[in-house]
Amino acid sequence: MKNNDMAFPLDVNSSLMRKRRMRRNRIVIFLFLLPALLVYGFYNVYGIIRTFIYSTMKWSGISPQMDFIGLGNYEKLVKDVHVWHALGNNLILVAVSIVFQLSFGLMLAVIINSNIHGRKFLRTIYFMPMLLSTVATGILWVLMFDPYYGLVNQLLGVVGLESLQQAWLGQPNTAMGTVLFVVCWQFIPQYMILISAGMANISEDVYEAATIDGANKFQQFRSITLPLLAPTLRISAVLALVGSLKYFDLVYVMTGGGPDGVTDVLATYMYKKGFVESDLGYGSTIATFMFMVSLIMVVIFQVVTRKKEEN
Amino acid sequence: MEMIKKGLVRGLLYFSAAIFLLIFGYPFIFVLFTSFKDQSAYISSFWGPPQQLFFGNFQAVFKMDFLIYFANSLFVATVSVVMSIFIGSLASYAIATMKFKLSGAVFLLFLLGMMIPVHTTLIPIYTLTRQIHMLDSIFGLIGPYISFSIPISVYIMTSFFKEVPKSILESAEIDGASPFRSFISIMMPLSKSAISTIGIFNFLYCWNEFIFSLTLINSTSQKTLPLGIREFYGMETVNIPGVITAILIGSLPVIIFYFFAQEQVIRGLSSGAVKE
Repeated sequence: MKNNDMAFPLDVNSSLMRKRRMRRNRIVIFLFLLPALLVYGFYNVYGIIRTFIYSTMKWSGISPQMDFIGLGNYEKLVKDVHVWHALGNNLILVAVSIVFQLSFGLMLAVIINSNIHGRKFLRTIYFMPMLLSTVATGILWVLMFDPYYGLVNQLLGVVGLESLQQAWLGQPNTAMGTVLFVVCWQFIPQYMILISAGMANISEDVYEAATIDGANKFQQFRSITLPLLAPTLRISAVLALVGSLKYFDLVYVMTGGGPDGVTDVLATYMYKKGFVESDLGYGSTIATFMFMVSLIMVVIFQVVTRKKEEN
Repeated sequence: MEMIKKGLVRGLLYFSAAIFLLIFGYPFIFVLFTSFKDQSAYISSFWGPPQQLFFGNFQAVFKMDFLIYFANSLFVATVSVVMSIFIGSLASYAIATMKFKLSGAVFLLFLLGMMIPVHTTLIPIYTLTRQIHMLDSIFGLIGPYISFSIPISVYIMTSFFKEVPKSILESAEIDGASPFRSFISIMMPLSKSAISTIGIFNFLYCWNEFIFSLTLINSTSQKTLPLGIREFYGMETVNIPGVITAILIGSLPVIIFYFFAQEQVIRGLSSGAVKE
């Protein structure tokens, strides 16, 4: 539009050509975007819209019989204690992820950025849990925590702590803690790398100046490294937050939500309702709930941390 | 006094480094040792190296349809990654280099895909796949995998394309190159590092993906590796060395690749996080 205003009245020809070129440009832009918009629009965008629609239906998913029941499923959801228990587990996951994964990630980052011997080797090994699929990680640790033949109980026996030997994943009071331990094992390396990258961005000069001023390593860490890492830590926390809210694989593989639903998270409960108990309508309602919770948490988190950073 | 304090701090550093080494590294040693033990050797020595090498576990794993799972995973992951890089780069090229009113909105639409849990789309993708008659077929996995890989690809490629000097593209345009031509023969070759980053990230995502393949796939001939490992575990629950060997074989390709291209793998895997 601006181009037309600028064109001189006499220059009719070039203005026409310009218009034609703009139209051609628009077609080109559209063609470049089309494949991505088609695939993403079909699976992601249309998928979410369909979740919303299904959430208002009574539908097994097997028979074509589909009845609109308005907010009926939502009423059921609000009264469903399992949903709130699962949400509670998701929130525990969020807290544990942010507190433990970030602080251990920070510790590991400090180690591989110190002048310790063999730090390259340490980094190589520390990162390895990231390479395993969640299924492999889950089964490996289920076997490690096996009550009879698992390494953990065997080790406890060797050091004389037989009293602590137990069915880690089979008891309601230890199952969730055991799953949380494995979640940390799997994801701490990711935060180590992220935080380590953030540390690499802090200029050496700042530390040199601090050393000249007589600050020791601890003081430097507290008053230089940590404040300058704040943006990195914030990104890591958002990541831990989003990741924890959609957690599925490890819980499904290790406990299937059991014993007795104790370790269920929203995603495993959705799967159970939707596919095991063939209630795709209610399953979609749980999915919608998950969507809302994630959205609200991310927005709250962004607002709170942005404000803090401004202060 | 100062010296003692320094020594203590150093000691603490080495001590914690060693503890972490044990926690993160030993499980891999355990997997390696256990896969060469038979069941009785495992029970008589849980954590040490095998007294004599036993290859029966490997035979048992390969007797399963492990090679099929392997081939399926390789096929699905490769096709999805190549397609998502191509499709994602096309869109990023338009967003980064061409001016249009909705470019910001389109970019945001793709970014939202990283913030919203994909599990939200599990049920509709199951019914959509059923409607297009792709249920229980590895081809039915490719569409969702491409779609889930698009947000991160668009994010990384767009920020990379924006760094490329405009003058290069302008001179190509003056030479009469079409937009598609300059995309293929100028932009893509310049972006090798970004492509390898998202390639690795998306490949590992597809290679390890579990919940969608669990929902969309049923038959043995169509299963991917994570499903195969789980199936083997279901059949051989008491045979711990056997199951451990299945885990080893399923993870080995990625681990070997990591030892050869460590820097790229670390960059690729952590890139999924750097989204600001």
